[in-house]
Amino acid sequence: MDRIPILKLGNALLVTIQVDMHDRLATALEEDLTSKIVAFGAKGVLIDISALEIVDSFIGRMLDNIAAVSRILDADTVVVGMRPAVAITLVELGLSLSGVKTALNVERGMALIQSRLEEFDADDED
Amino acid sequence: MPTTRTDRLDIRSSDDVVKVRQQTRTMAVAAGLSLVDQTKIITAASELARNTLDYGGGGEVHMEVLEDGGRRGVRMVFEDRGPGIANIEQAMRDGFTSGSGLGLGLGGAKRLSNEFKIESTPGSGTKITIGRWKA
Repeated sequence: MDRIPILKLGNALLVTIQVDMHDRLATALEEDLTSKIVAFGAKGVLIDISALEIVDSFIGRMLDNIAAVSRILDADTVVVGMRPAVAITLVELGLSLSGVKTALNVERGMALIQSRLEEFDADDED
Repeated sequence: MPTTRTDRLDIRSSDDVVKVRQQTRTMAVAAGLSLVDQTKIITAASELARNTLDYGGGGEVHMEVLEDGGRRGVRMVFEDRGPGIANIEQAMRDGFTSGSGLGLGLGGAKRLSNEFKIESTPGSGTKITIGRWKA
């Protein structure tokens, strides 16, 4: 079966979703990400959905699940690159993705993850 | 109402749900829908195609590009011969699910469409019609 590639980027993982995912592929991504967070001790997960033309309730739930599981494993999830039409549609569909952090692009998403790590480092020094 | 283009797809696997999304986009572009309207009708179609597969045990969708006077749009009919829906009012409510989903499919698909009709007979199947017109 096909897999969505997961790249290591510093202490974070980067996933760029470039295909229209069928449901099994989305479920496989959820499982792969969870095991890689643990394997690499990743502190952040960036999911780039700029190529996705739609996010329906299944993909929305996958994003929510990934965010919830990574939080338990001490990693932050940031979804980046959501298209404006997708955001409008998601709200009307009834999904607010309240547990998911978002950023406009990969650069800002990475900055968000780094700023959280620096905060923690600063706390440690107190 | 003249129909300018029609198509029919089987919904038997999650790959078919992807095909329904892709074909819906082709129809929505042919009807001249805006990007936001395309996104809405494709998302609604994805929800209903998955329902057809997960709750109806598979089925089919008929889609057409419609022209009515100056108006253009897309209409889709999802049909299955599954167990049907005993309580439609309950099934339409956000958060209600008889399976493992979020329970947003039917209510969400209705909100994302300009036209929505659901007919279901327990024991013989469900037929859901949605439409989106060019603004």
